[in-house]
Amino acid sequence: MKFSILVEVQLLEGISDPAGATIERALPVLGYRGISDVSVGKTIRFTLEATDLSHAKELSEQICSSFLTNPVIEESTITIEEVS
Amino acid sequence: MDVAEAVSSLGASSKLLWHGDENIHGVDSIVIPGGFAHGDYLRPGAIARFSPVMKAVTQFALEGGPVVGICNGFQVLTEAGLLPGALQKNRGLKFVCEPATLRVETTESILTNKAAVGGNLHIPINHFEGNYTCNKETLKELQEENRIVLRYVNNPNGSIDDIAGVCNKNRNVVGLMPHPERACNELLGSTDGQVLFQSLLAA
Repeated sequence: MKFSILVEVQLLEGISDPAGATIERALPVLGYRGISDVSVGKTIRFTLEATDLSHAKELSEQICSSFLTNPVIEESTITIEEVS
Repeated sequence: MDVAEAVSSLGASSKLLWHGDENIHGVDSIVIPGGFAHGDYLRPGAIARFSPVMKAVTQFALEGGPVVGICNGFQVLTEAGLLPGALQKNRGLKFVCEPATLRVETTESILTNKAAVGGNLHIPINHFEGNYTCNKETLKELQEENRIVLRYVNNPNGSIDDIAGVCNKNRNVVGLMPHPERACNELLGSTDGQVLFQSLLAA
């Protein structure tokens, strides 16, 4: 079976986010006010072959914790969809 | 190559290790240099830490062998879990390439055993992701165990507690963002990097 995997990586709370802070500082310059908590992350998509949904979940969690994120500064959420 | 030249100028011999090689060829100490391995994609050091040579480097480090990571090498060592914390993008998303003044905080490390505590070293920095970060517990541990090896006198990148370099619990693995190999010759404007390599050679 094939699964489409979406990984969204965000910085852990309390870890400084220089990209988010820079965007937040720029917004008022463009006339946008009242915007706070800007946070910048990244998304990673891939297609995975697995025996079933729980296998796909297990594999993608493994890839995520061992490689796609650095648990010292990042956390991630994984969305899995079966590809028909 | 700059590291090889720096240690040669101090009378030691060096060997270049290939990242795709699984062997460290019996060296006495290892320096992982800077250099944006794998384009810094995903995260700096995230891919390099799976290089075949890293298994042997990790084994060497865990057995007490002296290992230094400079710049990208520091990032590789944190990604490999040999050093705590991580290196984030610089404050203000600024690439910094300038001489920095560092304060030696401890002589109890393989990189500073010949330096003087409180002494200032003028050594260049050249990085985009050198903003050292870690959680509060780790920072407290580093402070209490005197494992912050070097601090910036004027923090150039937003690093927590002005950290420029740290060591592991056994003090045989050190990571630093500044480039001591670029401060080992009068022609380059400073020879303050020499004392760090002399320390490593004596370790």
